[in-house]
Order: sequence, then C-alpha cells, then structure tokens
Amino acid sequence: MSRTTFRTPSALPGFGLTFGFTWLWLTLIILLPLGGVILWAGSLGLERLAQIASDPRTLSALRVSFGLSLLAAVLNAVFGLILAWILTRYDFPGRRLVDAAVDLPFALPTAVAGIALAAIYAPNGWIGQWLPFKVAYTPLGIFVALVFIGLPFVVRTLQPVLTDLDRELEEASATLGADRPVTLLRVVLPTLFPALLTGFALAFARAVGEYGSVIFIAGNVPYVSEIAPLIIIMKLEEFDYGAATAVATIMLLISFALLLLINLLEAWTRRRLGHVR
Amino acid sequence: MSADVAAAPAARLIANPTTESRAARLLLIGLGLGFLALFLVIPLFAVFAEAFRNGAAAYFEAFGDPDTQAAIRLTLLVAAIAVPLNVVFGLAASWAIAKFDFRGKSFLLTLIDLPFSVSPVVAGLCFIVLFGANGYFGPWLDHHGVQVIFAVPGLVIATVFVTFPFVARELIPLMQEQGTSEEEAALSLGANGWRTFWSVTLPNVRWALLYGVLLSNARAMGEFGAVSVVSGHLRGLTNTLPLQVEILYNDYNFVAAFAAATLLAGLGLVTLVVKSLLEWRYGDEISSKHRK
Amino acid sequence: MSVELKIRDVRKEYGSFAALNGVSLDIRQGELVALLGPSGSGKTTLLRAIAGLETLDGGKILFGDVDASSKSVQERNVGFVFQHYALFRHMTVFDNIAFGLRVRDKARRPSESAIKTKVLELLELIQLTGLEKRYPSQLSGGQRQRVALARALAIEPQVLLLDEPFGALDAQVRKDLRRWLRQIHQETGHTTVFVTHDQEEALELADRVAVLHKGDLQQIGTPDEIYDNPATPFVYAFIGESSAIPVTVQAGAAALDGAPLPVNGVSAQDGPARFFVRPQDVTVKELNGSSTVAGTVAALRRTGAYRRADIEVGARKTRVEALLPTNAPISVGDKVGLVFQRYALFPADSAPATA
Repeated sequence: MSRTTFRTPSALPGFGLTFGFTWLWLTLIILLPLGGVILWAGSLGLERLAQIASDPRTLSALRVSFGLSLLAAVLNAVFGLILAWILTRYDFPGRRLVDAAVDLPFALPTAVAGIALAAIYAPNGWIGQWLPFKVAYTPLGIFVALVFIGLPFVVRTLQPVLTDLDRELEEASATLGADRPVTLLRVVLPTLFPALLTGFALAFARAVGEYGSVIFIAGNVPYVSEIAPLIIIMKLEEFDYGAATAVATIMLLISFALLLLINLLEAWTRRRLGHVR
Repeated sequence: MSADVAAAPAARLIANPTTESRAARLLLIGLGLGFLALFLVIPLFAVFAEAFRNGAAAYFEAFGDPDTQAAIRLTLLVAAIAVPLNVVFGLAASWAIAKFDFRGKSFLLTLIDLPFSVSPVVAGLCFIVLFGANGYFGPWLDHHGVQVIFAVPGLVIATVFVTFPFVARELIPLMQEQGTSEEEAALSLGANGWRTFWSVTLPNVRWALLYGVLLSNARAMGEFGAVSVVSGHLRGLTNTLPLQVEILYNDYNFVAAFAAATLLAGLGLVTLVVKSLLEWRYGDEISSKHRK
Repeated sequence: MSVELKIRDVRKEYGSFAALNGVSLDIRQGELVALLGPSGSGKTTLLRAIAGLETLDGGKILFGDVDASSKSVQERNVGFVFQHYALFRHMTVFDNIAFGLRVRDKARRPSESAIKTKVLELLELIQLTGLEKRYPSQLSGGQRQRVALARALAIEPQVLLLDEPFGALDAQVRKDLRRWLRQIHQETGHTTVFVTHDQEEALELADRVAVLHKGDLQQIGTPDEIYDNPATPFVYAFIGESSAIPVTVQAGAAALDGAPLPVNGVSAQDGPARFFVRPQDVTVKELNGSSTVAGTVAALRRTGAYRRADIEVGARKTRVEALLPTNAPISVGDKVGLVFQRYALFPADSAPATA
C-alpha cells in the first residue's frame, strides 16, 4: 500500500515510529482487554446471555444505574448551566475560588467522595439529620453521589462556549423588542444547546459506570439500591466470568449506543447551525 | 431614605440589555453557590472533620498502622510506573496525531478517549478476563509462575487503562494549534528529528505536559473501581490507599479511614491549586480551551 | 413611522476616557446620515447610545418630540443591523425576520398569517424570495447582511441604525450592496444612521455626513460641504488627501519660513498656523516672482491616470503633494512655482491632524 494515499506527505520525521507505537499501546492496553470481555460474553451463546440479562436482580441494577444516572445528568445540566453562566457572566467575590472548586469531583478520589457523602447524608450526618427522609443507603443516596461526580462535565463543556458567545446576538434580540427572559429562552439557550447536550452526555456516561463514590452511600440493598458495576463485582467474587462479562457488555453497548445517538444529534445540530460570524 | 438623595439621571435607569436584573443575578448566584456547597464543598470539609473527630492524636495514630503505610508506598509505586508510561504514550500519540495528516485520525482520537466512557469496574474486569486464574492467559501465566492479578502488575496495568487519555488529550489540541512550522524551521536549519523534538516541540508544550501529568497522577493515585477489581484486597500487599480507606471504613474504623482519606483529599487539593495556577499563569501555553 | 432624531449634548465616559464628549446632532425624518471617523472616535458608541445599547452619562436623545433617553432598548423600537449581522443561527431566515414580531406581547402581536405576509414582503424587498427555509450558515456574506436588514425592518422601526454595514464584505459585494441600500432607503424612507470608517462609503451613500474625532463632532454637512469646506484641520486631513504646511500668520498675511505666502483671505489669528491644501488644488507653473511659491520637485510617482509630485517648499523643505497630468514636462530636481487654488488656514494649536 502506498503511504502517500494514506497520509499527506510531510517533512517531519517520526510518523512511522509514533503512529505505530500509538496503535500498539492502544491495542495492548485498551482494545485487546475490552475485546476480551466482549469475546468472553459472546462465547456464552445467546440463550445464556438472555438468561443473565433477564435475571431480575441484574435488570433491577441496570435500571437503577441508568435511571438514576439520567436523573442526575438532568439535574447537573440545570445547575451546571447556572454555574457556568454565573462564572462567565457575573463578577462576585471569590469567583476564581468557586471556579476552581467546580473541579473538586475530578480531583477528589472517588472513594474519598464516597465515604464523605455517606457520612454527611447518613441519618445522623451533617445534612442527613435535618432531612425528614433517608438519603444515605437509599437510591436517593446513589443519586447524590452521581450528581457529585457529574457536575464538572457540564460546567467545563459550557464555559468556553459561553465565553465565545457573541453578545451581539443578545443585543440584536433586545433591539427587536424581546425582553431578557425571552432572549435567554429563545436566543441564548438554543445557541448553547449542542454544548449542553455534550456536557449532559459526558455526565451521564460517567455516572453509569461510577462505582467508588456510589458504593459507600448506596446501602447496596438487592432490587433497591444495587448498581450495575456492583453486580459485576459480585459475579466476579463468585468466579462467574460469564455473567460478569455479560453485564459489562450490556453496559458498554447501552452506553455506546447512547453516546453515538447524542453525537449524531450534536453533529446534526452543528451542521445545521454552522458557524456564523 | 433621606430626601436629599438626588434622583439618578434618567439614563441610568435603563437596564443593561445583555444582563439580568439584579434580583435575578443574585438568585442565580445563590442557586449556583448553594448547589456547589451542598454537593461539593461540604463533603470536602466532612473528610477533614471526620478525620479529626477524636482529636489530632487519634488522627496521627492512624498512620502508625503498618497496613496503611504499606498502602501509601504501594500507591506511590503504582503512580510512579503508570504516569511515565502515560507520558511516553501521550507524547508519541500527540506527535503522530497533531503533526501529521492521515486518514482515520478522528477514529483514533475517539479510541484514545474510550477509557473515559468505560466503567472503572469494567476496566478491571478486562484484565481479570485476560490474566485471572480462569482467564484467557491465566493458566499459562500461572504455569510460568507470573502473577498479574492480585499483584502489582495488575494494579499498574489497570491504572494505566483508566489514566490512558489524560496526557494525550492535553497535548493534542495544543500541538495541533501550534502547527508544524517551528519544527520545519528547525529541520531546515539542520537539526535532526530527536533534536527538533527536544529543543523545539517539548519546550513549547511543557506546561500542558505538566498539566496532563498532574491530572494523570491524581487519577492514578485516587483510582478505586478498577484497582479494586484486580487487587484482591490483600492487606499490606495489594491494597492501594483508596482500597485501604474502604477496608478501614468497612471495619467501622472511621477515624483511620478518614485520616487516610485526608491524604488523598490533600493530593486532590494540591492538584487543584497547581492546576488553577497553571491555568492562570500559563493559560495560553496550555491550550485555548482553558482560556478564562 | 419614521421620526426625526435629536441628539442633545450626549456624553459617555469609560472610566476617565470620554468616548462621547457632548455631541449634539439633528437628523431629519427620512434622512440617511453617516457617522464617519477613525476607530476610537466614538461613532459606534453614539450609534449604540441611540439604540439604547449604551447608557448615557449625560445629555438627551429625542425620537421626534419624545425623550427616548429613559426608554429601554426594547421600548425604543429601533432597527439595528450589527457589524457581524448577529443572525440567530438556530433559526431559519424566515424565523429570523419574524422574530421581532413574534416576541411582541399578545396585544401588539400580528397573527401568524399577517407575520407570514410581512416576512415574504420583506424577502422580496431584499431579493431573497425562496430562501426563507435556509439557515444563516447556508447564506453568503452579502445575503446574511440583507437578512439582517430585513429583520431590522420587520419591526417597522422609528430609526434604522447600521454599524459598519459593509465592513465584513469583500470589495465587489460591498459596492453592489451600497447601491442597493441607497435604493432600499429611497423606497422605505426610514430615518437611517450608519457608522463607517470608510470615507468613500460615507460620501457616496449619505445625504449628510457627521465626522467624529475623539468623542467630538467635528462637522456635519453634505458630502460636498465636507469635502470642499472642511471645518476643522482634522476633517481636512481625514477626508480626502491634503498636505499640511506649518506657517506663521501676522496681520492678515501668512508666511512660510519667513517668506510671504501669496494667498488671500487670511482670517486666522496671529501666530503659528497650519496651511492645508489638496493635491488637485495645487497648480505647478514656471517660477514667477512673488505670485508663486518656489519649490523643488523631490519625487515623482505614477498613480493611475495621474502623476503625483512631491514638491519641497520653504527653508525647512516641507513636502507638498501635487496632482499632474501624466505628460507634464517635469522631472526630479526641477525648480517650479506653485499656485494654490483652494486651501484653508487653521491655528496651529487646534486639534492636530492625525489621518
């Protein structure tokens, strides 16, 4: 195969070496191991796969993981938008500190976040004791943990878009007679929508696979507050690789399908909106 | 209140057309900060409060535990191996992707980002399936006396999996933005490839590299799900610090658990501070996407 | 619908920088006025102040007899065309143009069918019939510009304001759109103010031109008045080409480096002054005693249909530019005599010419 058809010629050296190394490392560390999981699940046969997938306890865990991740991502989309907005548009004391604090979930190890959230939302915890309902050790606790880890994705996706947002759009809307709420709703929000969708998708994808911060606060009650990753761990402890890989494959497939869908939606809106200057 | 307060000039009364009313601004700031405090800031304080619940003596006593000390050493060891591997990969990948044009580039970029959308537990599972006792290569490895799972190699490889994209994704956008003209100039002046890389490319991306290393290291030391699967939780042997936190917590040894957690939280805070400083001081040299 | 616009002593400061330094200006109903000046002259600030996009630090803006100063942008009902158009890119051309009508409160909002009629009418006016379903990203620069104008016209504005309307377009499109805008203005008759830094654009398009410099209104007048009778040294230097010669005025007579300058009608005060003359108003002759100014040809250049000569005059060898026919029998080093047809003298302490 002629290389010139594959890559544009360049005077710089090292393409073969770095390109080859990148693929080799990627294959060894990521592709082969992931392929192993899918292969193992695939070798089980459809009947066994269907049996694992329809196990009520597994189904319930998948429902909990995906359902609560969706709810958490929705809440994060709302408050992430508010936070990104106040951080880029308003000046208030401590703005830089708040901006840095948004990254806490990235910086704080998940296990640390997990035990901290469990401690404060426990029935006798700092926040838990004031609430008339239980948070820790219920699905609500899982929700709290998923909100915690998802927030920075929305804020960090929106911030650069908001910074680049052309103020003339809002001024144009005002000169045409639209008051501020109408401008925000009909001009600003639709412009931000693709970025908001991306942030939402990232937060959602992260939440679905989250384990460390959830496991301490979830209570892990079968059929109530067990998450899908926990099922994988349980199956592994029973040395049931088949069931573990099957659940993992289901999680991977649903996540990728959703990400693909959102990517397509985003590509579609971007193509339509284009870049107008 | 007083009558002598002059009415502001009429023009002053017009609201700025591109911002919200003062009340709406305060409401939004209040909502945002309240949310942040409730979900992000209070948990951070809780870590330290719980660790010092029984006083400083109990806090420091927690670090006398040989298992905890072993966990700290193991965490440092794993990060010391995994992070340099990520740096080498990140530099190679960003050189190939940012400095050359080839088909399938965006596909390669997607694959590099893959670990971000894979559950850490699934990441760990991958290596159990490959190297576990009943896995594809497990029996063969066992026969040759090599232990990967429930040993340091497994911890390292799982950590490399989850921290894989961090360095590369900081470098690629920056190097793409910088283009190839400086390297071409160096080559035209007679420098060879390595020399060009060391004297031209690397200095141009040094802050972004540091940034990537920082994030990669924070994640490597703090990773829980993936290492939890491959570690086997052998106390004093294969427990990293986050796993030690879990064990202590499950033993109802809360003060010790939170004390160990303060180390990790401290690491996170240091990472945040250095990251913010880097963004503030070298924002332009990190990448346009970090512009504030 | 269109109104007369009265701008009264308008001031705007950014910190200690005065963007508008007490500008007063009357714009007649249906008039097309250009605000012309270099960047930083305050022309865009003035335009935005008229729209209500900038708050004033002093002065008044009247729409007809109504004080608009305390009205919000939304209440002013101005059509504003932004430099980069600011089209809503998530909306079709149709929805963009209809936006201003659809956001009206229920009492004033036309029915959807009335909106449709209006939008299609405007599309015809801007010659984009059939493109109503397109998105802004699918239009050329000139088309976007026209959609932006239609959107501004849809709300039947009291005044139409355009910020550098042709700034982002290439030369040919710019020329076509200029002619077209003039035509639209004649058809619709809106009181129109546009900002430009391009004097050619201002002189060609506007009924009257207002020249601004450092927050001050230098002159307002028809293109002829502005070009032929600049009121200030700045206008003289900024509009068209000119040479400035430092001279001294003494008792109604001007002198160049001690030698008398053969010009009439010197009314400037005694003291240092500056003498302005345009290249086409300089006639090059044989040296002829005191009726001409002695000079030496320092450089010759061919520009298009003319030859340009740099001629050094006076003891300090100040350069004066002259426009000559290409066949003028002249070469570098020739001693010549200059006669100035049209010129102006301004005291030297008035605002320096910085064009």
